[in-house]
Amino acid sequence: MPIDRFEKVFIWISLLLLEVFFIAVLVAAFFGGIQLPAPGGLVDPEQLANTPPFDQPGVRQVGEKEYEVVMIAQTWQFIPGEIRVPAGSTVTFRITSRDVLHGFLIPNTNANVMLVPGQVSEVTTRFKEPGEYRIICHEYCGIGHQTMFARIFVEPATSESQARAQEE
Amino acid sequence: MQAQQFRPHDRFVLWQLYIALAAIFLGVIMGFFQALERMNIDLFKLFGFASYYQGLTLHGVLNVLVFTTAFIGAFLTYVTMRSLGRPMASYRLTALQFVLMVVGVLLAGWKMLDNSSSVLFTFYPPLQAHPLFYVGLVFVVLSSWVTFLNIALTVRAWQRDHPGEAVPLQAFLSLVVYLMWFIASIGVAAEVLVLLIPWSLGLVERTDPQLARTLFWFTGHAIVYFWLLPAYISWYTMLPKQVGSKLLSDPLTRLVFLMFLLFSVPVGFHHQFVDPGVPVMWKTIHAALTYAVFFPSMITFFSVIASLEMAGRARGGKGLFGWITKLPWNDPSVTAQLLAGIGFMFGGISGLINASYNLNQVVHNTSFVPGHFHLTVGTGVFLSYLGILYWLIPALTGRKLWQPRLGVVSSWLWLVGVSIFSRGQIAGGLEGMPRRTWMAAATYVFESWRIPNMMTAVGGTLMFLGAMSFFAVLLGTLFLSRERVTVSMPVADVITPPEAASPLFTRQLGLWVTVLIVLIMITYGPYMISYLSNPAFVARGFRVW
Ligand code: HEM
Ligand SMILES: [Cu+2]
Ligand SMILES: [Cu+2]
Repeated sequence: MPIDRFEKVFIWISLLLLEVFFIAVLVAAFFGGIQLPAPGGLVDPEQLANTPPFDQPGVRQVGEKEYEVVMIAQTWQFIPGEIRVPAGSTVTFRITSRDVLHGFLIPNTNANVMLVPGQVSEVTTRFKEPGEYRIICHEYCGIGHQTMFARIFVEPATSESQARAQEE
Repeated sequence: MQAQQFRPHDRFVLWQLYIALAAIFLGVIMGFFQALERMNIDLFKLFGFASYYQGLTLHGVLNVLVFTTAFIGAFLTYVTMRSLGRPMASYRLTALQFVLMVVGVLLAGWKMLDNSSSVLFTFYPPLQAHPLFYVGLVFVVLSSWVTFLNIALTVRAWQRDHPGEAVPLQAFLSLVVYLMWFIASIGVAAEVLVLLIPWSLGLVERTDPQLARTLFWFTGHAIVYFWLLPAYISWYTMLPKQVGSKLLSDPLTRLVFLMFLLFSVPVGFHHQFVDPGVPVMWKTIHAALTYAVFFPSMITFFSVIASLEMAGRARGGKGLFGWITKLPWNDPSVTAQLLAGIGFMFGGISGLINASYNLNQVVHNTSFVPGHFHLTVGTGVFLSYLGILYWLIPALTGRKLWQPRLGVVSSWLWLVGVSIFSRGQIAGGLEGMPRRTWMAAATYVFESWRIPNMMTAVGGTLMFLGAMSFFAVLLGTLFLSRERVTVSMPVADVITPPEAASPLFTRQLGLWVTVLIVLIMITYGPYMISYLSNPAFVARGFRVW
């Protein structure tokens, strides 16, 4: 098909550009350690009270500076509604919904995942700076959606706070 | 003679446009209320709405499900007849398309207005709407399928009378648009018919919310190309005529649309990058194809600008950008489409960010997303449709456009408004401001969202004024305009004719559809088989609004 010369050049540049973007994304994903949430398994939303680990929501230390948080989302709260971890720790959240869709977003981190009843969502993030962070539900979940959030207190990494986290 | 034959079809075309316009009228008012909500001004309560979310459901459903589908059905029916120089193959189908649309809109509208279905336009289960809400949406989709059938039959009839000739460009493009849409819409049709309606009627107790999302997004990405491509038909084949230029290449235009046919559907998982039930490998494959679907838009960008530049230079424009000022900016139809293109360009750039799957992790479901799509569908598509209506309504009614200057002003108001609005929403999104949220009542507002919210409200108000100016021109044309005119569809002359290319690009649609089906089987097939071997039908319905 006859194509204008400038247009041909433009077409090749477009192809190249998209190729570069795509490779950049892949490089970031596989070498930069940026990864999308992967499936965390199935669960019956009506049986959470007797399905480990969701029968005991809360924070557990699983290694030096490594924590696991088991969490349940329901209209219109996260359980637990407050967690504490020391600064510099890597936290893996294991979350599921008891009822409708919810969202899980911690602004200023890479933690952003959908909560779908029946599915377990997993997301890992590192809290470098101490301070108060928030988990916000970012999917419409009914009339109280705008009130659904939880708090994360990231405490200055003293040995005392680590000990307390271990007790919990 | 011909006009006589078209008239019965045109009557339905015009009335279907009125449905589209009524929908967007109410939809835009809801948008205005939503924007004001960001400054704690609550008009929803004042006007008797149950909640912000009832309004938001109306906004989404009316603007992007009803307005678009009704407009496209009417517009492409009109275009097909003019392009082929013959009436639609079946008068009954034209009538049926209209009736299904009316019934669908009335049912869904009723169930949204009585607050029994405040589930937003994505209607994700386990939120459970009234069964008639889903039935209404099914009727809207059925109406679009009838349009598809009618266009296909009309093209077939033309081909029988013109053996061996390439189908005229505009009819060919209309057919490709509907072919793509028909295949794409099977996902949401399956979701609603197989999963949601039986479940909302209580025939089955539990449904699978993850499966429903996957079926929804099978359609949900392609649907944006269903909205966009009719605007591209105008940009490629009509706008050049309106500015006094030509279309560069007929076969390249066909190829662009055929690429959209191939790549619009097998990219749906890019809306589910952060879904728990989709393995990362599938997300990556769809991410790659998402870049492919940018490619035809980039060619479009070149072709359309080249065509405009030729017009500007022919009118005495000089220098790198001087030609732009020479375009007929006093024509409301042209201005609307040029500004649509500008908005769309910025929308496309923010879309690249969205689609890059690790950046998506930052912005998914934040207000960045509405910031992005009010530039694409909210401006690129919406303003283009308004631009088309500025000649189509006079063409259908024989009435001269009332106050065309106000028409020009309306598009500028919209563009300025949406620039502020989207800048605000995008900035808020980058600061973690969630979307679909009744901000005035939120219990966790961050200080960094204050200015973004203000920009949303101010920009939204200007957009509202722009839209109302459009409606003033429209109503003025219908009720005040006394002057009679004969307006016909603009059809651009073509520099490179279809005969210059291999028939692969002009005729062999069956081959392209086969490739599409293979692509869909590759990109969805294995995932679906493995998912369905262990689905999660665990969710009862909830009505929590
Ligand atoms: C005066 C004009 C408009 C204003 C002020 C406006 C305002 C808004 C706002 C503030 C939101 C975000 C609500 C939220 O996330 O809580 C929104 C959502 C949306 N708007 Fe608009 N809008 C306007 C016109 C349009 C048009 C013309 C379209 C499409 C043709 C459109 C399509 C949408 C869609 C699809 C959503 C998403 C709804 C959802 O999340 O369920 N809007 N609009
Ligand atoms: Cu929620
Ligand atoms: Cu929510």
